[in-house]
Amino acid sequence: MKIHNTRGGRVFDAANYVFLSLVGIITLLPFVYVIAGSFANEAEITRRAFFVWPEQFTLGAYEYIFSTPAFTRALITTVLVTLVGTLIQLILTVTMAYPLAKKNLRGRKLIMSLVVFAMVFSGGMIPTFLLVKDLGLLNSYWALILPAAINPFSLIIIKNFFQELPQELEESAKMDGATEIGILWRILLPLSKPVLATFALFYAVGIWNDFMSPLLYLSDNNMWTLQMYLRQVTAASDLLGTGNVDPSYIPPEQGIKFAVIVVATLPILIFYPFLQKHFAKGMLIGSVKG
Amino acid sequence: MTAPVVEAKASERVATKPPAPARRRGFAVHFAHYKWLYLLLLPGVLYFAIFRYGPMYGVSIAFKDYVPFLGVNGSPWVGVTHFTDFFANPDFPRLLGNTLILAFLNLGIAFPLTIILALLLNEVRLSVLKRTVQTLVYIPHFLSWTIVASLSFLLFALDIGPLFQFVNGLFGTNVDILSDPNWFRPLIVLQEIWKNTGWGTIIFLAALATVDQDQYEAAIIDGAGRFRRVWHITLPGIRSTIIVMLILAIGQMLNTGFEQIYLMTNALNRSVADVFDTYVYFVGITQGAYSYSTAVGLFKSLVGIVLIFGTNWLSKRFNQSGLF
Repeated sequence: MKIHNTRGGRVFDAANYVFLSLVGIITLLPFVYVIAGSFANEAEITRRAFFVWPEQFTLGAYEYIFSTPAFTRALITTVLVTLVGTLIQLILTVTMAYPLAKKNLRGRKLIMSLVVFAMVFSGGMIPTFLLVKDLGLLNSYWALILPAAINPFSLIIIKNFFQELPQELEESAKMDGATEIGILWRILLPLSKPVLATFALFYAVGIWNDFMSPLLYLSDNNMWTLQMYLRQVTAASDLLGTGNVDPSYIPPEQGIKFAVIVVATLPILIFYPFLQKHFAKGMLIGSVKG
Repeated sequence: MTAPVVEAKASERVATKPPAPARRRGFAVHFAHYKWLYLLLLPGVLYFAIFRYGPMYGVSIAFKDYVPFLGVNGSPWVGVTHFTDFFANPDFPRLLGNTLILAFLNLGIAFPLTIILALLLNEVRLSVLKRTVQTLVYIPHFLSWTIVASLSFLLFALDIGPLFQFVNGLFGTNVDILSDPNWFRPLIVLQEIWKNTGWGTIIFLAALATVDQDQYEAAIIDGAGRFRRVWHITLPGIRSTIIVMLILAIGQMLNTGFEQIYLMTNALNRSVADVFDTYVYFVGITQGAYSYSTAVGLFKSLVGIVLIFGTNWLSKRFNQSGLF
């Protein structure tokens, strides 16, 4: 297509390229500022309004936060809860998706319609909170993992994926005397690695970023996750009119806030190339099938 | 949304196949034959029964006076008292106003911006630039609201934040943007734009890729300029996608995003910041009015359902294309 032949078209292209580049840069600037700020000293952060490179490079903020028990505890907790939680959520989703992919299993349609119904309607915050409380899960890390253990949308996509795998594989395995669980473990799962990786990331990002669950279910600040810790550190104490703040709280210096944000963001940025690739695909599948 | 369609197709396939041997026998035999599959199904079914349908049953406390030691079943019924109390409460018009204003700001500003950004990206022929910009603008979608709020706290920090200085310099003022009620809504919309505009383009870019390329060539031959082509070919080509996304957005109107609003709420901006979602939290969790707050939450969900079906009906009536 020759669209570049008019002068107006070329001017538009140039303006569009400049504009979009600016959009990209502006999106990125807050990160650049925070990363630069996390390596700068307190005086520089206060004195210079904005910078993308510190004049004096210092690791002081990182040394401080990693020597703070509250921070290291929150970091280790969050890493562990994310790893264990992702594994549990993925196992629950896959074990439920596999039988539902069997077309001659009775009760399958009923269960699927109940799953779809649960996608549209939910009990809401308070009934869910009361359930978690009645189950004795308040101040337990299970409360961060179990209430959202199976995402109905992920379940349906994994189920559809299993259905589309060739039936012959399973049939020949059955001839060789493999059990259903053996088929799932030895044949289907190795074939589903990319799909499972996608949903593992999906669950992991969900747990890592979750703020509402720890806010609702963890009142003991020794159990706080990184998101809760981040909230406490970055919100100026006089602005917090909303409760759930450690009373012994002393507002930290600016540099520490920068460093905590960087640590909380880092895993997402490290996994971002995978996230972008898989999630964009997932979102489009969702728009067609979800 | 279209999962039932997928289901219907699957059931057709079942119907056209000869019935499995187990089907003719009793359920006990079927069950015994598939016991491993049912065993695998069990944890998932238990999860849905407990954590998805349990709270749905718990919604009944909206019509009861929930007393913790009596439980959901034992608490006495009180009818619609909590609903009438809520509608009579002066908080109600304020919450409704705050929620609707934020919803319309997001619909009126963030939604069109997503379409505009998608259109601009679609015009880029330089694929390196297109991919780079996409990569950059998708990043914020994956960050938690805690990080977005924390970044805002730093950028707008009183006296020293770079955006505090920039904005106050621009308007010749000296206000604390983070606590000033007038700045609450612009701040929320700004966060929403930064976090989700880029990611939102994915669906529109996918729709744009399906627009018939021959039409453009025909239009060029007819002498149509760039903007005429976008107006007469591109936009009509993605109209159904825009309508579907708009219906979805309107259905979500009252869901202002608990985490975002909660994190940006403080003692000084409560008058404009309180929305249904955060009100349910403050009244229910921090003050313990479980039944009343459940009623508020239920009211919000019901309005959401009415909105989504209403918009769908309107869109079908005027455009012959709806969501379902």
